Amino acid sequence: MDSVTSEQPVRSSQHLAPTVARSVKVLVVGAFGVGKTTLIGSVSEIEPLRTEEVITTASVGVDPVAGHGEKTTTTVAMDFGRVTVSPEVALYLFGTPGQRRFWDLWAGLADGAVGAVVMIDTRHLEDSFEVLDQLELRTTMPFAVVVNEFPDAPQYPVERLRAALDLLPSTPIVKCDARDRTSAVRVLVALVEHALTFPVFQKVLA
Amino acid sequence: MRDDEEYRDHPVRSYVLTSGRAHPTRNTLRPETLLVAVDGRPAPATASGQQRELLRLCRGTLALAEVAAYLGLPVSLVAVLVSDLVDTGHLTIRSNHQAHALPSRDVLEKVLDGLRNL
Repeated sequence: MDSVTSEQPVRSSQHLAPTVARSVKVLVVGAFGVGKTTLIGSVSEIEPLRTEEVITTASVGVDPVAGHGEKTTTTVAMDFGRVTVSPEVALYLFGTPGQRRFWDLWAGLADGAVGAVVMIDTRHLEDSFEVLDQLELRTTMPFAVVVNEFPDAPQYPVERLRAALDLLPSTPIVKCDARDRTSAVRVLVALVEHALTFPVFQKVLA
Repeated sequence: MRDDEEYRDHPVRSYVLTSGRAHPTRNTLRPETLLVAVDGRPAPATASGQQRELLRLCRGTLALAEVAAYLGLPVSLVAVLVSDLVDTGHLTIRSNHQAHALPSRDVLEKVLDGLRNL
């Protein structure tokens, strides 16, 4: 296995300040190509980093009649970034594909998260259904839906999107340009504000 | 770094580095768990190259995921290496909170204030 570390010394500026003793995380989920890494990079104080995880997934596209419950091992990349939000607290942003077959990966990630930012592309709204289903069925974490506004994407009023995605009236829907830092930070503010109204955050989860 | 590169298939990595173990000796480690090496404590004589590198990286505070990215190894595998170094007293878990617990209201408010001031 190649070691890349000798060519990539960690500069002291990449370490957290010694006062930081608490970390929190937000998941950035969405279909491939929706702009997760772009959003993370806009907010992060370090160049986004990437780790790879080997997971076992149900085979995709295998004929269910011919299949024998076969599984394949797959490498899934997780891009992430970090921003120090107070002298004591660092916020980590983990980007992860949200589809059902990657559940094993982000089930562990979801543990203890502030919440999730679900990025959608209005050109491929159907791509987000599965991600939203997974969040609603398998977690109790608060989430905010973010419309990454691609220049050629159709524009819909927020309430039409809410209806199309079958979201609760309380779920924030934020339009965003993931390349723009102010816009990306606004997304995180919306999520944390929403999390603070969440009953589950007033008490410890059973 | 492009989104379309984030999914590909290849053979399972060797877990030789962890002596075949897939699970760490503690289950409180999360990708965002903060780690720092214990000051002035030399690496154990039996430490592998990766563990030495890990301790070198942790001369300042870094999250487990950052250490994994710099080492070029999966987070789950680095968690095993980290656990061993915590067990031998070479590495400290800096973020001293319950890994399963949700952030408290107090912490969320700090995060919110911090984000608004970015």
